[in-house]
Amino acid sequence: MKNLLTLKKYFIKYKTKLLWGMLFILISNAMTVYLPILLKDSINEIQKNATSSILLNYALLIVGTSIVAGVFRYLIRQTIIVVSREIEYDLRGDFWEHIQKLPLKYFQNNSTGNIMSHATNDINAVRGFIGPAVMYSIDTVIRLVIVVAIMISLNFTLTIYALLPLPILSYGVYRVGKLIHEKYTKIQENFSQLTTRAQENFSGIRVIKSYVREANEIKRWNELSQEFLRKNMNLVRIQSLIMPILTIITGISIIVVIWVGGIKVIDGEMNLGEMAAFVMYLSILIWPVIAFGWVMNIIQQAEASMKRLNKILNEPYEIQDSSSTDLSVKELKGEIELRNVSFKYLESLPDVLIDVNLNIPIGSTLAIIGHTGSGKTSLINLIPRLYDVTSGELFIDGKNVKNIPLDVLRTNVAVVQQESFLFSDSVYGNLSYGLRETDKLRVEEVSRIANFDRDVQSFPNGYDTMVGERGITFSGGQKQRASLARALATNPKILILDDSFSAVDTHTEEEILKNLKEFMKNRTSIIISHRISTVKDADKIVVLENGRITEQGTHSELVGQNGIYAELHYKQLLEKELEELN
Amino acid sequence: MADNKQDDEILGKAYDSKLMKRLLTYIKPYKKYVIIAILLNIFVASLGPLRPYLTKVAIDDYIVHANYHGLMIIALLLFASLILQAVVQYFLTYYTQYLGQRTLYDIRTQIFEHTQKLALKYFDRTPIGRIVTRTTNDVESLSELFSSGIVMVFSDVFIIIWILVFMFSMDIPLSLVTLSVLPVLIYGTFLFRKKVRETYRDVRFHLARLNSYMQEHVTGMSVVQIFRKEKDELNKFSSINADHREANIKSIFYYALFFPGVELLSSIAIALIIWYGGGEVVQKSVGIGDLFAFIQFTEMFFRPIRDLSEKYNIMQTSMASSERIFKLLDNDTFIKNPENPIKLNGVKGDIQFKDVWFAYDDENYVLKNINFNINPGETVAIVGHTGAGKSTLINILTRFYDINKGSVLLDGIDIRKVDKRDLRKYISIVLQDVFLFSGTVESNINMDNDEISLEKIIHSAKTVGADKFISNLPNKYSEEVKERGATLSVGQKQLISFARALAYDPKILILDEATSSIDTETEQLIQSAIEKLLVGRTAIVIAHRLSTIQNADKIIVLHKGEIREIGNHQELLAKRGIYYKLYQLQYKDQELRKSN
Repeated sequence: MKNLLTLKKYFIKYKTKLLWGMLFILISNAMTVYLPILLKDSINEIQKNATSSILLNYALLIVGTSIVAGVFRYLIRQTIIVVSREIEYDLRGDFWEHIQKLPLKYFQNNSTGNIMSHATNDINAVRGFIGPAVMYSIDTVIRLVIVVAIMISLNFTLTIYALLPLPILSYGVYRVGKLIHEKYTKIQENFSQLTTRAQENFSGIRVIKSYVREANEIKRWNELSQEFLRKNMNLVRIQSLIMPILTIITGISIIVVIWVGGIKVIDGEMNLGEMAAFVMYLSILIWPVIAFGWVMNIIQQAEASMKRLNKILNEPYEIQDSSSTDLSVKELKGEIELRNVSFKYLESLPDVLIDVNLNIPIGSTLAIIGHTGSGKTSLINLIPRLYDVTSGELFIDGKNVKNIPLDVLRTNVAVVQQESFLFSDSVYGNLSYGLRETDKLRVEEVSRIANFDRDVQSFPNGYDTMVGERGITFSGGQKQRASLARALATNPKILILDDSFSAVDTHTEEEILKNLKEFMKNRTSIIISHRISTVKDADKIVVLENGRITEQGTHSELVGQNGIYAELHYKQLLEKELEELN
Repeated sequence: MADNKQDDEILGKAYDSKLMKRLLTYIKPYKKYVIIAILLNIFVASLGPLRPYLTKVAIDDYIVHANYHGLMIIALLLFASLILQAVVQYFLTYYTQYLGQRTLYDIRTQIFEHTQKLALKYFDRTPIGRIVTRTTNDVESLSELFSSGIVMVFSDVFIIIWILVFMFSMDIPLSLVTLSVLPVLIYGTFLFRKKVRETYRDVRFHLARLNSYMQEHVTGMSVVQIFRKEKDELNKFSSINADHREANIKSIFYYALFFPGVELLSSIAIALIIWYGGGEVVQKSVGIGDLFAFIQFTEMFFRPIRDLSEKYNIMQTSMASSERIFKLLDNDTFIKNPENPIKLNGVKGDIQFKDVWFAYDDENYVLKNINFNINPGETVAIVGHTGAGKSTLINILTRFYDINKGSVLLDGIDIRKVDKRDLRKYISIVLQDVFLFSGTVESNINMDNDEISLEKIIHSAKTVGADKFISNLPNKYSEEVKERGATLSVGQKQLISFARALAYDPKILILDEATSSIDTETEQLIQSAIEKLLVGRTAIVIAHRLSTIQNADKIIVLHKGEIREIGNHQELLAKRGIYYKLYQLQYKDQELRKSN
């Protein structure tokens, strides 16, 4: 229960509603338990040859009591279960607020699917605890106390006999429920094995077909499928117990009442009305008793889920403003300096950047070129503090980035990432993502710079066209140009392009670069690329290899050096020739 | 928004006789058992309603007449019926579930078998996730239909019928009075189901929105953070989250109304029994025990009616899934085998391409007028720039795809006249992107084929130089290989795939060389492995290694789907054509590196 204590603050927030709910449980139970008493009295009256009007009176009383009980039952759900939905809302909101602040590292170490499963399954399990579990446990306890008290007042020994099976029932439901949960988890595991096998087979179908192993694959699939069948039957074996257990135990109580009660009636210790009341009380008690065993399981599962949620909620933010943040910094000019910067993703991993020193003056363009894995993206990620340097220092306008307010830093630095990501929103919405509000004129202007406006005009609804699953799918080049426009729209002081033209053809790229020239005046820009054509006009080009700067200079200087850059240059010329060859 | 909602909810009809008929064919093998199950269900359905009747007998005949012995007999009878019901119930549930699971097993294996026959074209065009869903999730959603749906309908209906039988046999007027609440109960239950279904749809819609929002923003979290949009996104999230909450709260309303409603109805029935039945008791037309029995009957109606109302959902999901499943089963994108295939015997390995044209989409030819032949035992290197059509050549030779025009001959026989399994037995392919399966090193080399002995596996591994690193693994050849060979290095994976090809001892070897970007030591291992691999067989190599090209008997230069140059290394270099450029681009470095 330790972990579920985290929920205390939410319970306190809704305590008024919850207290009302408990009051309603009390009232409705008071009414419900009154019904068997009415039944008892009416049966006794019948045996005394009651008149039709007396019977009608009883009938109306039964209906009336039932209506009052029903109204309060309605109110119970409208308070307690509603609160559970409200708490679920709060919890999920808090969860999301927290997730958003976690560093990029967290998202690279945890798959989206994993995070999603916490946000859905775990929160759901906790919700089940807050709503049904709380409601039924309070309900059961209250009901049990009142009903048992009344039953004992009617006949002590019969009460003992009749109630004897109920704890067994409750425990039985608890055990079976637990077993079912265990077996079910096993089935889920097996099911994901099936899924993995199918996935693997379909991905490797080319190999399977070329080695003519289809028959064997079918055999293996059938074996796994057989195993799944067996696991399912294991569950069924337990699951099939539920109905018989309920049948037997509830049935036995009633038989006991009829037999033992019947003897007592014959002996004159009890009357038939009381016997009827007993039967009815049993039917009132049975459901809460079943629910009790079930609730125990919900609580256990909720506890496990809450533990997982707490683990996430306790993840440190790492990158955030601190006491040393200089709040007087309101804007940036754009001078960047890296001093002996080294970086690694994890303590246990090797350095990705080693002792990098760089100075990028205001308004200049730096280009970075290098093989995959040479540390280019890691380097630029340090500037908007998506990661923090491991050692060394990074300055913007002479201030350590760690002391610049994160808001100021990130609103002034725009990064166009390697893998462009657009949201399922309209083109307007996407391109003005970095703005406070949709600014149509600005969006159209930057679209022109990014050479994206012609594409937009060809879309069915122009800038209002939806992007993504519910709309049109962009080509790689369109995505890149859209993310470029999105970055430009924020009017950044520092613009970083991380291989942002890889899917754009060289001709379009040239046009964009031409347009950007004007835009980039007075802004600092960093361009990562594999293409010489993209970087050749930069003020300075650095070649990164295995985390170190190995060459730097202007295009003509580097070509003259006969190093990696020169080789790349030569090869790309050749490629161009080949492409143009028919 | 309204449109989107419909999109999410294309559930289709709850009942489609054609689909249903086809689904029922799956239980045909178990027909006898299904009928037995239904009959048993009808029997066991009577035991529940029997007990209130026995209660009546106990009260009216024995308690009222002070007969201890009779009361005991009834109590024992009640007990016996209870035990019998429980026992039959257990085995029946188990048994119907078993039938259901068997049926699902049959469907699952049938789908999988079908997928194994589908042509590569199908896999190239269909997202893998979708095929996986068909074979797994869609089959699972039929589970309820087969395990409880079909048989349990009879159980529910017969419980109701039995209750009616007992009631009417006891007292007709009182039955009618008691049953007067039944139409309301049935109507209420079905209305509740309908309303809940609607609100549930709403909840699901909002849940889907919530999930896709989270999915999207977790994936794009770096964009959110770079643009400093956390606050705005939190607001957006809160509004979606709130919609989800409201939809749930709305559905609480129906539950909050329904359950007390059912209790009220049963109270009304009890009130009616007291009022009308009580009067009859007073007039001695029915016994007091009848009242007991009727009161118990009123509580028995609810479960079967509720179960029946739920069947609608089961049917709806089953229909939607089965439609998707049948669509896959009806897909016949096969590479057709000839009716009377020519049996290949003692293949020499002579390959001939004659005026071959090929397009993936019937329009844009990827290969144009390809003509060449390879003599048995020759090694041919195919070179070309990206998109020249190199991989397509492989697809054609193994009949992963059939050509549009021309013919491909193996030992002078058109490969379309040969059983494709027969054909593929003589050809091994080593792909650039090595695909390892989860299993062991051994099972990855022999592809789980028991006919290939461990000695042969070890021999192959030794030949290609893979034995050294395998022997260093903790479990050697039994070492576990994770999905996609995640724990092995690129070089190791390649060596395993070489051993795999060698273990099958093919007449023809197709090798799509990986671009060499591994350390020199592994590179040397791989080079010598390739040399050994090529000995004594016809080989087609999509070459990325200078050594391979230099050792080839012939180099074919593909450019934009056409053969542009053929010859050996020196001849082609001298031409100063496409090959010369490719050489400069791809192979020259290797020469430099070698000479260093």
